[in-house]
Amino acid sequence: MSFFKVEHLGIRFGGVVAVDNVGFEVKRGEVFTIIGPNGAGKTTIFNLIGLIYPATRGRILYQGRELTGLPPHRVAELGIARTFQNIELFEHATVLQNLLIGRHRHRRTSLWREMLFTSSVRQAEIAQREAVEKVIDFLELAKVRDSLVAGLPYGVRKVVELGRALATEPRLLLLDEPSSGLNPEETDDMAFWIEDIKRHLGITVLMVEHDMNLVSRVSDRVLALNMGSVIAEGTAAEVQAHPAVVEAYLGKAA
Amino acid sequence: MRFIFKTDYEQDIRLFRHGGQRFWYGVLAVLLLLAPWWAGEYVMSQLHFILIYSIVGFGLMMLTGFTGQVSLGHAAFLAVGAYTEALLQAAGVPFVISIGCAALFTAVLGLIVGLPALRLKGIYLTIATLAFNVIVEEIIARWHSLTGGNEGKHLKPVQILGWKLESDAEFYYLCLVLTVICCLACVNLLRSPTGRAFVAIRDSEVSASCMGVHLAKYKTIAFAFSAALTGIGGALYAHKLAFISPEQFTLFQSIELITIVILGGIGFLHGAVLGAAFIIVLPQLISIAKGWLPEGLVPAGMQAVVFGVILVLVIIFEPLGLYGRWLKIRAWFELFPFYRKGMFRRQKSYMKSERLR
Ligand SMILES: Nc1ncnc2c1ncn2[C@@H]1O[C@H](COP(=O)(O)OP(=O)(O)OP(=O)(O)O)[C@@H](O)[C@H]1O
Ligand SMILES: [Mg+2]
Repeated sequence: MSFFKVEHLGIRFGGVVAVDNVGFEVKRGEVFTIIGPNGAGKTTIFNLIGLIYPATRGRILYQGRELTGLPPHRVAELGIARTFQNIELFEHATVLQNLLIGRHRHRRTSLWREMLFTSSVRQAEIAQREAVEKVIDFLELAKVRDSLVAGLPYGVRKVVELGRALATEPRLLLLDEPSSGLNPEETDDMAFWIEDIKRHLGITVLMVEHDMNLVSRVSDRVLALNMGSVIAEGTAAEVQAHPAVVEAYLGKAA
Repeated sequence: MRFIFKTDYEQDIRLFRHGGQRFWYGVLAVLLLLAPWWAGEYVMSQLHFILIYSIVGFGLMMLTGFTGQVSLGHAAFLAVGAYTEALLQAAGVPFVISIGCAALFTAVLGLIVGLPALRLKGIYLTIATLAFNVIVEEIIARWHSLTGGNEGKHLKPVQILGWKLESDAEFYYLCLVLTVICCLACVNLLRSPTGRAFVAIRDSEVSASCMGVHLAKYKTIAFAFSAALTGIGGALYAHKLAFISPEQFTLFQSIELITIVILGGIGFLHGAVLGAAFIIVLPQLISIAKGWLPEGLVPAGMQAVVFGVILVLVIIFEPLGLYGRWLKIRAWFELFPFYRKGMFRRQKSYMKSERLR
């Protein structure tokens, strides 16, 4: 049984075929990266996996279970977390509250007990905070713990979003362009964290990324996409050297 | 400026963050408990209304301020709470049970009204709740055999286990106790997973759903909870007026209720109380103004106009409402002389749909 597998995945928006017959497999414990020029359909694949859009065709298999057809919130409950290309944080909440929402799938309390804030709720809350505090330590977010997200710089928000995804304690983490908008230093931190997430937390990472330095540094395998179709798959070096990839990025040599 | 040094996880969960807060809430509690001694008959009556509107304000704040679902139909829940109480009292049901039924019944109705919320967003949902308000108002006016139609219904004073709450002070304490209970229920929800799910839905539905929040479930919970509080408020409202009729629950009433929330400060429970107080005091201010101005300059129905103007001004100039204004004033004193303009500016979050890609 494969850990995560996508078969014949496709979606069209009106006349645009955004993703066309895409298939790949992610092994447990690896970092798998999808690259491709703008508009290749990378984010759309993530949205299909997150069940934000229903796939026009194909299947998504996670630990032997078919995701297609489930309601979207089930994806998170099964242990798949994601970040967004353009950051989708809860703006008018603090960093801590954002991370606590990541703990949503681990809640054990009922509405009635929450209204009364019984001691079991209190204990559960303390446990959630302990879990979140580990993420805060891991990503060095202690300084901004109680700041409103709306006031934070872009680079920090990017890390907060990663933190929120980690707070869910996922088995599979989807990162949509984790380094976009970051300066070289922050990108370096990000690479370091992705390596740590894989090695120390044992989380499988499926990532979309443009920065080839970062891609070569952290990825075990790379998939190249163009116009919604797979054009190459292999190690970072192999894919970068592949003629179809060179052509997709640079245009056909005249 | 106060820095709170955190040493354990309980600190974030506590009701009172620091000693200062405990002190001021203590002062407020004493003032409120002693109100029958310091307040005259007129002020007492105003306090009744402020407490009742605060309960409704909490309900609407949970839905609009924290879950982001704007309702223009809460007068209907108020009506259903009020009529449930009136009918059950007439049938001889004890108050403790009848007010519970008012809450339960409106909660169920809230669930039903919440259903379109799963499909409709923003202004469309608001229009649906508005339609609901009109429908309920019509039903109450037409269903003569049950509601007495436009002749309305009379209520007797509240009686709890044989104890008649006839004086203003007794009814005041009843309102106070219920306000505190409702407030605590809101605060408790907001520091638990459910409250965080509400806020998540308000700020970004897509990412709430990606964090495992079942949007449909939590939106309906928000509607039901909000309606239940409004139903409790409605039951008290009915007793306060001792007479209810359909024209008390029109669209204008709904607008008044949403004004409480927007004026008080979207996203703050304190805002609900401030907004309620303002809404109750405003008509008095208007009538005082009327006395000062020459005869005929202020036409009848001025109240609706003033409400509208205030709403527009608040939305344009002080989106955080009265409570936001208070926070700024406090920050100004705490930070003096370092306060700068724009410290509270929120980032605009238009292009929500664009952000997904
Ligand atoms: N909701 C939608 N409705 C219509 N078209 C869409 C939608 N989402 C994506 N598309 C189209 O699908 C194609 C792929 O878009 P996608 O966002 O997946 O690209 P991408 O590979 O993530 O690009 P980038 O590197 O710029 O992020 C684009 O042509 C885009 O316009
Ligand atoms: Mg993209």
